[in-house]
Amino acid sequence: MSKTVIEFTDFTFKYRAQQEPTLHKINLKIHEGEKILIVGPSGSGKSTLAHCINGLIPFAYPGEISGTLTVKGTDTKELGIAGLSEVVGTVLQDPDGQFVGLTVGEDIAFSLENAAVPVREMHERVEAAARAVDIQELLTASPQELSGGQKQKTMLAGVLVSNVDVLLFDEPLASLDPYTGTGAIELIDRVQRETGNTVIIIEHRLEEVLHRPVDRIIVMNEGVIAADLPAAQLLSSPLLAESGLREPLYLTALKYAGCEITPEMNPQHLDGIRLETGAARLRAWYEASEVPQEAEAAPVLLELRDLTFGYDKQAPVLQGLSFSVRRGEMLCIAGRNGAGKSTVSKLICGFYRPSAGSILLNGRDLAADTIKERAEHIGFVMQNPNHMISMTLIYDEVALGLKLRGFAEEEIRGRVHKVLQICGLYEFREWPVSALSYGQKKRVTIASILVLEPEVLLLDEPTAGQDYRHYNEIMEFLRGLGSTGITVIMITHDMHLMLEYAERTIVLAEGRKLADARPEVILTDRDIVGSANLKETSLFALAVKAGLNQPVEFVRRFIEYDRGNRADES
Amino acid sequence: MKAKMLTYTRQDSPVHRLTGATKLIIFAVWSVSAMITYDTRCLLLMLLFSLAVFRISRVRFQDYAFVLYFILLFFLLNHIAIFAFSPLEGTRIYGTRHDLLHLAGRYTLTAEQLFYQFNIALKYAVVIPMALLFLLTTDPSEFAASLNRVGVNYKIAYSVSLALRYIPDIQQDYENISFSAQARGIDISRKEKLPKRLKNIVSILLPLILTSIERIEKISTAMELRGFGTGRTRTWYRARPFTRSDYAALCLMVGISAAATIITFYDGSRFYSIF
Repeated sequence: MSKTVIEFTDFTFKYRAQQEPTLHKINLKIHEGEKILIVGPSGSGKSTLAHCINGLIPFAYPGEISGTLTVKGTDTKELGIAGLSEVVGTVLQDPDGQFVGLTVGEDIAFSLENAAVPVREMHERVEAAARAVDIQELLTASPQELSGGQKQKTMLAGVLVSNVDVLLFDEPLASLDPYTGTGAIELIDRVQRETGNTVIIIEHRLEEVLHRPVDRIIVMNEGVIAADLPAAQLLSSPLLAESGLREPLYLTALKYAGCEITPEMNPQHLDGIRLETGAARLRAWYEASEVPQEAEAAPVLLELRDLTFGYDKQAPVLQGLSFSVRRGEMLCIAGRNGAGKSTVSKLICGFYRPSAGSILLNGRDLAADTIKERAEHIGFVMQNPNHMISMTLIYDEVALGLKLRGFAEEEIRGRVHKVLQICGLYEFREWPVSALSYGQKKRVTIASILVLEPEVLLLDEPTAGQDYRHYNEIMEFLRGLGSTGITVIMITHDMHLMLEYAERTIVLAEGRKLADARPEVILTDRDIVGSANLKETSLFALAVKAGLNQPVEFVRRFIEYDRGNRADES
Repeated sequence: MKAKMLTYTRQDSPVHRLTGATKLIIFAVWSVSAMITYDTRCLLLMLLFSLAVFRISRVRFQDYAFVLYFILLFFLLNHIAIFAFSPLEGTRIYGTRHDLLHLAGRYTLTAEQLFYQFNIALKYAVVIPMALLFLLTTDPSEFAASLNRVGVNYKIAYSVSLALRYIPDIQQDYENISFSAQARGIDISRKEKLPKRLKNIVSILLPLILTSIERIEKISTAMELRGFGTGRTRTWYRARPFTRSDYAALCLMVGISAAATIITFYDGSRFYSIF
């Protein structure tokens, strides 16, 4: 057995501001060179566990500790953040917040600068670290010029440069698109094999992380370790579902087909999975499943015609974009960073003016309407709720739009109360916004838009940073809105969302429309998937592996069936 | 769209090759010397020198055109103000009076006033090229290292670098916040009356401040995790050792400013008179 690097013994932690401990009697050993995945829903204590390992607890976030935590045999209380940072390198969730240098090179060098390493040695080590993550060409680039994946590579190089023993990744996939996320998982795997470091990944997207093997998965739930098993055993047990976590989609499909998942099947990766009788069962399930009904085509509500836009004439962001959206439809707009997704939403809302082309709502050209006038028909919900909230009380926040439009007090009260009930926030109406969780804040922002009774709701990454439970909650809520006739347009690169909730997906690439089809068609088309930085869905790969003749149709029927199941649960 | 203002462009010239610290010191010494002296001969020579350096640096006109026009506008306002408030300042300083033209009331144009304002104009002309050069030819990455080198505490010096890093991000936040506010009907354009408009601006600032605080918390955690602030000193990735030309430039500058000071105070007054 190799040496123990990190050891929790009867470790309990309570934040100063909280009544209950966030971690209860944790006992955990992590050995040198191991690769560990820690999963768990929001509030399960998985981030707290990470903060204990890198020293943010108790040095930056104070609280009460009982039991011990040692890193390389020394109690963390004696090491301090600076001492720990020489052993544990942390890559935080949000690469923007962590990028402190003006250029890639400076950022990688940051910890060396702080350790007062001589300049010449520093340059050599920065070059070596940059080469290790393959970003050496971009040493002089500024963060504004980088993609999300490149920023993350910089972060990783920034911790590798100080020769740490443990690499700790806090939700490395949260702000990456599916394709870049896959690249990140491959990079972490390669770096670990080259350096022999201990790697700890905190993430709730199990299927994506399992793209490369891990030694153990630790499931956190309500502050305790609910499971500590190799991937194959964990996936064969009901522990994931009990902790409110999502299993890989292909396993859900196998379960629907009546297969029992066992460790012997190698369920942790689709490439190595042994289907045996599973293939026949999948075929039988497919043939027995219902053919999904085509929804009736509603009249067109919103139409974009030949839209062109650019900050300067030489480099247009959008070129001749046309598409239409029907009333009550749920639509996704996808595409890699810089493809023009958010520009489309800003043009629809009137924040920018197109250089050519027109936008029609109910057949009427919107060109002459102001931002405020458009907002009465088209509501825009930003990705970050903190960008939208400007009042301290929830009621006032939701009422703001109506007050500014001069409605009578009585009518405002009626409409706000109704919307708060729809959004499940009625009990909180007298609460300050700051007392809410991120997901609840998101709902407040949706409520503050819905109160204006728009016909179209436009959302930028509605589920970013949400765990499976909250994802489900928000999406079922939006689907409920869809069924009342509100049109929902979502800008996203979340493939689950696209597959499970969108009726149609429009893919943009370099400012042009690349595809406009049902999501299962998009997510099974290699060319489109590649140029939009998406990933082929594992359901498709499963269907192909099982030898089904119509894998695309299989994906569609699975989603239809799964939707039914989900609706029954909630 | 966006006017390019005073952005550093990577170029190669003797001026660009000097370290940031050298340029910072030169700029400071130069400005002080130009502020002290009213000696027209010194100012003329210094102007020639600064124009020569400007020429050597090969910065492009479009990189500073906007700011130059802006400075010229203030320059003009300044001159009008001097004349308006103190039309006989020149006479007071030089002790003689040669009327050229009577305008109205107490406003008479004198040769002394013209000469005095000409000297002020020269001071501007001497300092502006150096100020522009300092901003245009110093890599922002070197600012912090330079400040630290001239004795500023590294924590304070680094905050300059952080500000440069996050200003574009905060501008982006501001744009998002103001868009969503406008969509909800918060008008901050001139259409709204002033008290209402101020109130509306406040409701945009609140989320901006909150998101900025959130950002600051994230950054400081990230910096702490990477060992910032533990040592008494730190090194700088972008620091460059002083070369021979740095020392030469500094010596030259000290020489010029010493000469200017001596010439200025040689006859006991810092005002050089032709009258």
